[in-house]
Amino acid sequence: MALTAEESGRLAALLSEHVDQVTQRWVETVAASLRGRLSQVELRTQLQELHRAIVATAENGVVDLDAEHAAELRAVLAELSRGRARQGFSATETAISVFALKDVLLELLESHGGESTLRDYVAFSGLIDAMGLFTFESYVRTREGLIADQAEQLLELSTPVVKLWEGVVAVPLVGTLDSARAQVVMERLLQTLVDTGSPYAIIDITGVPAVDTQVAQHILKTVVAARLMGADCIISGIRPQIAQTIVALGIEFGDIATKASLADALRHVLRLTGVETTRRSRRGA
Amino acid sequence: MERVPILKIGDILLVSIQVDMSDQTALQLQEDLAERIVATGCHGVIIDITALDIVDSFVGRMLSTIASISKVLDAETVVVGMRPAVAITLVELGLSLNGIRTALNVERGMELVAAARADESPYDHELADESDEAETTGSP
Repeated sequence: MALTAEESGRLAALLSEHVDQVTQRWVETVAASLRGRLSQVELRTQLQELHRAIVATAENGVVDLDAEHAAELRAVLAELSRGRARQGFSATETAISVFALKDVLLELLESHGGESTLRDYVAFSGLIDAMGLFTFESYVRTREGLIADQAEQLLELSTPVVKLWEGVVAVPLVGTLDSARAQVVMERLLQTLVDTGSPYAIIDITGVPAVDTQVAQHILKTVVAARLMGADCIISGIRPQIAQTIVALGIEFGDIATKASLADALRHVLRLTGVETTRRSRRGA
Repeated sequence: MERVPILKIGDILLVSIQVDMSDQTALQLQEDLAERIVATGCHGVIIDITALDIVDSFVGRMLSTIASISKVLDAETVVVGMRPAVAITLVELGLSLNGIRTALNVERGMELVAAARADESPYDHELADESDEAETTGSP
């Protein structure tokens, strides 16, 4: 992995002497593997930057990718793999961008190398392997970051608490309700009850694909917690199949009001609070 | 030893718990409250626990006991201002504070006590209702 000062000097000389040839061959090889999903111009800019960083690092006499002087090279590699990960390239396609340099170097050494060609090639290729591994690691880290971000966004997006009426809030649950989400829903609902001073909450489960004992347990806990705080909960949006499942599983909702639709639940709450709704006769009818 | 103050507002006794409850404080509060209910003849007790960060099984039992004592003395107990975190903890612990009425804040608690009293003795509120109607009726 480590290059001696002599070897890195030779690498720098070799690369900087044949700049155009190296980048041209490099871009061609990488472009072939990416099959036109990245424009030649963009690819050329990226690889030229990487080329410059390698030469600069090698000229400094750096022998190791982990060394302090190689910080710039590491930054360029990390930037390259971050970009690839975001654009949706696979790990192999990202790593090939670096490994393609080996073929180019081999060609160069064959035509221009002296007596130490073989030893040089082994040393250079060790460095390129290290660079490839580093690229791969950055790629995985970026991907993990993306996944974590998305999971968090999903958690936030999927649990809005909306105000339906004066003193009535509703939580339309969409998607599977696991422990983590149930916790978020419960916290957000209770906090909204305090903030708005609403004594009624409607939990709408139209968007929940399946209700098993665990989901029911989560919903019941939320209702009991809301009751402890002095608010009443109504469960609405129970689809026919879900009603059958609930009965088949023997889940008891006790004295918690359940309604078929959100509209029914709202009407129920309005009646409890003493709000009367009337239909005004249309003009001209 | 710290004592929890009991305030009388109209027909209601307001207990705002601002200190950490110890066994002694809790017992003292039960005694004081029973005495005050008898002395004032109030029919409602509101216990405000907004300031309580932690409600454990001991405090939960204290609240239940106070509610039972008040019930015997013909007073309605409402616990108000429970924080979301406290409610979640109680549910996770499996304590549901059976037999205790709850409300979001003191204002709602007072409404609840008034409503409960109105259900029991409709004559007390007849005068107030009539004066309300007199203001709003304006038929041509």
